[in-house]
Amino acid sequence: MSVLLLGLFLTLVSKHFIASAFTGELLRDTIIGSAMGGIAAGNAVNSYIIEKELMKEGVSLFAITAFIMTWVTVAVTQFPAEVAFLGKRSAVIRNSLSFFLAILVSIATVTTLMVIQRRL
Amino acid sequence: MKVLVEKKTKWGKYYSVYFWSLLFFCMSLINYFLYPRTVAKYAGKGSGIKGWFLAISAGILSHGPIYVWYPLMKELRDHGMRSGLIAAFLYSRAIKIPLLPLMVYYFGVLFAVVLLPYIVIASLIEGEIIELIESRKRSVCDACTFS
Repeated sequence: MSVLLLGLFLTLVSKHFIASAFTGELLRDTIIGSAMGGIAAGNAVNSYIIEKELMKEGVSLFAITAFIMTWVTVAVTQFPAEVAFLGKRSAVIRNSLSFFLAILVSIATVTTLMVIQRRL
Repeated sequence: MKVLVEKKTKWGKYYSVYFWSLLFFCMSLINYFLYPRTVAKYAGKGSGIKGWFLAISAGILSHGPIYVWYPLMKELRDHGMRSGLIAAFLYSRAIKIPLLPLMVYYFGVLFAVVLLPYIVIASLIEGEIIELIESRKRSVCDACTFS
């Protein structure tokens, strides 16, 4: 399934599109990655495969980490279900917070990685 | 129904049916045996660090898509679970233990080791912020009632 999805992704989303979506500007890329992960849905395995492909295309680790985080924590496609069970206010607050926290987590993770790798 | 029939896994043909049945079974158990006082003790206002620990651990160990957990969370909230703990549970689901080897394979051990503690911290922060918003809303409502 993941292989099929990857094939579909690589066919439909061209390298040019990926290059144009991610500009190389760290904060903007992180926000774009976070937004893309929030919209996408499915098993977390798929996010790893897609992000590995994007990594090969030169997308920054900031955007990749944010994408992985929002894939699981932000549920735009499942939003109506969340509203039905937990309420609209609660769902909006939780998803918005998860979106911003994903950006912060990605910045913190990659910065820590950079510090560790510099020391090693 | 077709989707349920077509899902064939090592556990059999009707994996989704088993999963949903298990979830409904858990929900009925909660309804019959878990009294509001018990939920309030472990996940209510006075639960403290124990509540956070339980919510985050349960989130890490939980499996399946996020929407499956909404009915259970609603049930627990109706029984007295704090909204912050629900948010912490849903956020800590970002840690997928069965997928850790895959994460290590794709991004390296160091990435996984650094990311996972940050996810736990973020789930705590999200829970605390939601608690803060909820308490502020409650105090505003109380002020409205008194005035």
